[in-house]
Amino acid sequence: MAIFILYKFLLASIILVLSLLVAMYSTLIERKVAGWFQDRHGPNRAGPWGLLQPLADGVKLFFKEEFMPNSADKFLYILGPSLTMFIALLTSAVIPWGPDLVINGQAFPLQMADINIGILYIFAIVSIGVYGIMIGGWASNNKYALLGAVRASSQMISYELAMSLSIITIVMMTGSLSMRDIVAQQQGFHWNIFYQPLGFLIFLICAFAETNRSPFDLPECETELVGGYHTEYSSMKLGFYLFAEYINMFISGAVMATLFLGGYHFPFIDKLGLSPNVFAFVSFMVLFSKITFFGFIYMWIRWTLPRFRYDQLMRLGWKSLIPLAILNVVITGVVILLNK
Amino acid sequence: MFTEYIFYFLSIMALFSAVMVLVSKKPIHSVLFLTLTFFAIAGHYVLLNAQFLAVVHVIVYAGAIMVLFLFTVMLLNLNNDERSPKPVWVKIMAIAAGGMLMLTLIGVFRGYDIKSAHDPLTTQIGLVKELGRILYHEYLIPFELSSVLFLTAMVGAVLLGKKEQIYK
Repeated sequence: MAIFILYKFLLASIILVLSLLVAMYSTLIERKVAGWFQDRHGPNRAGPWGLLQPLADGVKLFFKEEFMPNSADKFLYILGPSLTMFIALLTSAVIPWGPDLVINGQAFPLQMADINIGILYIFAIVSIGVYGIMIGGWASNNKYALLGAVRASSQMISYELAMSLSIITIVMMTGSLSMRDIVAQQQGFHWNIFYQPLGFLIFLICAFAETNRSPFDLPECETELVGGYHTEYSSMKLGFYLFAEYINMFISGAVMATLFLGGYHFPFIDKLGLSPNVFAFVSFMVLFSKITFFGFIYMWIRWTLPRFRYDQLMRLGWKSLIPLAILNVVITGVVILLNK
Repeated sequence: MFTEYIFYFLSIMALFSAVMVLVSKKPIHSVLFLTLTFFAIAGHYVLLNAQFLAVVHVIVYAGAIMVLFLFTVMLLNLNNDERSPKPVWVKIMAIAAGGMLMLTLIGVFRGYDIKSAHDPLTTQIGLVKELGRILYHEYLIPFELSSVLFLTAMVGAVLLGKKEQIYK
């Protein structure tokens, strides 16, 4: 029992550090990708290939002046970024990172909690994710921040619906809400993306909207709202908001890989005859490369597409994605019934 | 033993934040305390081995309804100085009415033996499989009818919103 608790503690720490590390270097990769897309070098002064740039950015943010507007709601002003960071880190608890490790004949699952409602847990976290932005935007007592917060809330509510509807098809096919079961069903090359291409597309678009990434970054639309919900933030509080976005990217990539791209499965990997622990490591690397692929898609689209206008965003969400998602549910239901 | 401490922690949190909903001066604080109350209640559901109910509670109440509340309060930008102070007799009446409700509730529940019919450690009633079976077998018609009710409410809301355009 004590070993088990120690193991869970260790695993939680590793996942935490991993998310933070990935988020840190995503900022560098994002700028490198932007440089590549715009035919320039990107950051290359700090360390070889700019590898120390994230550290330099972090140090800079820490040493900036801590500023709080006079009329701000003090407690909520601090709560906003903290809550955003906290909620961003919560989702990783139900993601299965790989098959079980075997040490001394005892199996150690590479998943923090295999709760039987894993998918719904992710939804719960996504749906409360907007609080950090709303609280921060309101507490700043600034009209641009407030507008950003209001936009964030209506955007998140609208896209949550289509997102959950696109997941229902996966639940219908798997017959389980547990993330572990969903991954187990996609063994080999039976990835859900081949059975649910439309569902995957809807989920991908909604994931962009839920993480406030371009072309859905209206809550922080610089051209209209100065800085959006974090206009009044400086120093590490601003850093938390920016950082949480990259953590969200990483985690949502992991969720998409788990739900649609077979999680840690890869065709023919079980034919290699690896020992359990090496197998677990290779599987984890497979999952990680899938997440990296999604990370690149996020950046690719950010530096390719212009931002939506607000009415376009609402029309896309309510008039295209939700009807398509419902249609997808109906078609999946009919096909499942016919194949019974 | 450990769950008992969690129970007391959650209960105190729920009661404290419920009182703070009423006491807070700013509407936004009230909304946020109400959200906290919902989280405490979701924690109680987990203690009763009803993870599904707990998560749905968080999704529906904290994730959707309270966000809409917050959205409305922010959009209207209600401030405490805009709320007109209530006359003293209204406050006295409110206390009397609330007190009577509490007395009635105490009277009702004193007569009953408030023990759960299910052992919280072994009950399966709040898990998704059991709940689904009960909803789609025993209570199928009420369940479907309530969804029609929601649809009617939605259509009604849209119609009210578009009233002026229709009758022009």
